[in-house]
Amino acid sequence: MNIPEEKQKEMLWTMLLSRRFEDELAELCKIEGKIPGMTILSTGQEAVGSGACAALAPEDVIISNHRSHNHLLAKGADPNALMAEIYCKRTGCNKGKSGTLHLAVPEVNAPCTSTVVGAGPPIAVGQAFAQQYKGEQRVTVCFFGDGAAAEGSVHEAMNLAALWRLPVIFICENNVYAGAQRYEEHAPNPSMADRATAYAMPGEAVDGNDALAVYQAVRDARERALAGEGPSLIECKTYRCRGHGEADPQHYQPKEEICAWQEKCPIPRLRDDLLSQGLITPEEVRDMEARAEAVVKEAVRFAEDSPFPNPEEALEDVLVA
Amino acid sequence: MQKLGMGQAINQALREEMRRDPNVFIAGEGVGVSIHLNPMFPTHGLLEEFGPKRVKDTPVSEAAIAGLAVGAAEAGLRPVVEIMFNPFFTLASDMIVNHAAKLRYLSGGKSTFPLVVRMKSGAGIGAGCQHSHNLEAWVAHCPGLKVVMPATAADAKGLLKSAIRDDNPVIFIEHMGLYFAPMPVPEGEYLTPIGKAEVKRPGTDVTVVTWSGMLGVAMAAAEKLAQEGVEVEIVDLRTLVPLDKEAILASVAKTGRLVVLHEATRTGGFGGEVAAVVMEEGFNLLKAPLRRVTGPDIPVPASPPLERFYIPGDDQLIAAIKEIL
Repeated sequence: MNIPEEKQKEMLWTMLLSRRFEDELAELCKIEGKIPGMTILSTGQEAVGSGACAALAPEDVIISNHRSHNHLLAKGADPNALMAEIYCKRTGCNKGKSGTLHLAVPEVNAPCTSTVVGAGPPIAVGQAFAQQYKGEQRVTVCFFGDGAAAEGSVHEAMNLAALWRLPVIFICENNVYAGAQRYEEHAPNPSMADRATAYAMPGEAVDGNDALAVYQAVRDARERALAGEGPSLIECKTYRCRGHGEADPQHYQPKEEICAWQEKCPIPRLRDDLLSQGLITPEEVRDMEARAEAVVKEAVRFAEDSPFPNPEEALEDVLVA
Repeated sequence: MQKLGMGQAINQALREEMRRDPNVFIAGEGVGVSIHLNPMFPTHGLLEEFGPKRVKDTPVSEAAIAGLAVGAAEAGLRPVVEIMFNPFFTLASDMIVNHAAKLRYLSGGKSTFPLVVRMKSGAGIGAGCQHSHNLEAWVAHCPGLKVVMPATAADAKGLLKSAIRDDNPVIFIEHMGLYFAPMPVPEGEYLTPIGKAEVKRPGTDVTVVTWSGMLGVAMAAAEKLAQEGVEVEIVDLRTLVPLDKEAILASVAKTGRLVVLHEATRTGGFGGEVAAVVMEEGFNLLKAPLRRVTGPDIPVPASPPLERFYIPGDDQLIAAIKEIL
């Protein structure tokens, strides 16, 4: 498939890191008062963010949604600042203003995580418009779910992006569930990628648990975008192994279905692939796992040791003075 | 001094700012090629001067237009987008209310959103309630937005130029009834500060606080009352957010009486906010209870006699003033 070795290792690393980061959060959020608000995890879907971000340059932009941790870590966000923000501490990347749901990391070109379902695509269109306007060699990736695809704003954004041939890559992370509703309960067409036809843009469905397939699709879409050929839609077919949020008992998700998808976990899949090709040694894998453990441990320590903002800091950052 | 309708004054502001700053672009439905081939309209002729790269006609997609502004502003451009009529704001409202207004805060002050959303507003064109609905109170209620509503062509020019240079999202609401009557407008560089009210007519007996299309009604009432020996002071807010409380309180300190006049409907209207400021911070200045003169709590009707009934008139303002003199 001609994917550079270091890119493959990078994908494995960011998947391991996000999994470790979110496994820790899954435990932390059980402790009363530890993690304010909701905890929404991407466990099992890591190949999407990690595969896509590995195909991007640092100057490329991502727009994320409520299930953002993997996207942001894969884009290079500082785990300490991220964890501190999830703890709502002053040292968080947004000074405690956003919490886990609206994380914004403009320093790695991840300026917006919107929890308003379907709000990301119009903003991504604006970012891509600026890239085209300034003649930059950059693209914008927008991650949204299959549930968001039912929003009118997503149609408006795709239509405008295709009309103006903007360098934006729409990545629909089809994880089968929108809240408690299965895909077929809210979408009549089994293929989300088919919608691209309506906008005369390329649409492709890939195995969303195969980081290499995601990488390849995003790399191709990026090359088209940089060549002035406009947007693409990539449907990454994956599965939401955990609930909508950690408070969701998943009573509507069949246990066998969850188990079957856990068997298809993207992390051992890429790991074993790399091992079998001799691109990585078991020792390197163990090192990566130990490093992920250490990074997350340090992030938790940093967040725990950080102060909360002073109450009156709530008044800051509303407007530019 | 040149005389321009408010639409032409806005056009001049856009033209000057686009010449000054290549990061300024405009987008909206028909901002380039319009169904109105009318030089009194705000974006007339801009496509010819600046070309299709900077004058972007969009599909009928208010959410995408507003999202375009939000994304492009964060990326360093200075978008000036148009939502054709104020009531269509509802279709763009998620981008404005949840994103333009909040994303700076959510970034912890790291990102800035220097964008302007222009909207046409106001009754008087017989178009009915889905084109004529003054929704300034809705946006004024959202922290993170500035809200500007000029009443004169000169203020429209000066305030729009300031809005385009402001690093915050600015909602700029234009009253369509003001597009066509020529008014004096300074030529060239002319900036009006956002957040500063102006006394448009000095007086000693009663303060009328108003904005946008109602300034004319206030001026007409003041002329008539002057003939009866009543001197009305008219404070044109020009900007609702940030609100120039000092100017309101200074005028009430002088006159001791207040009437707030706006075209928008009464309940939850911005006049209630002005009244509350004076009650909280200037209660002892008042010699009489304050009054509000507003549109009634009905959708704007289409039939001319019904629409005229909706729009507050100088007779209503005069009656309200006489009640508290």
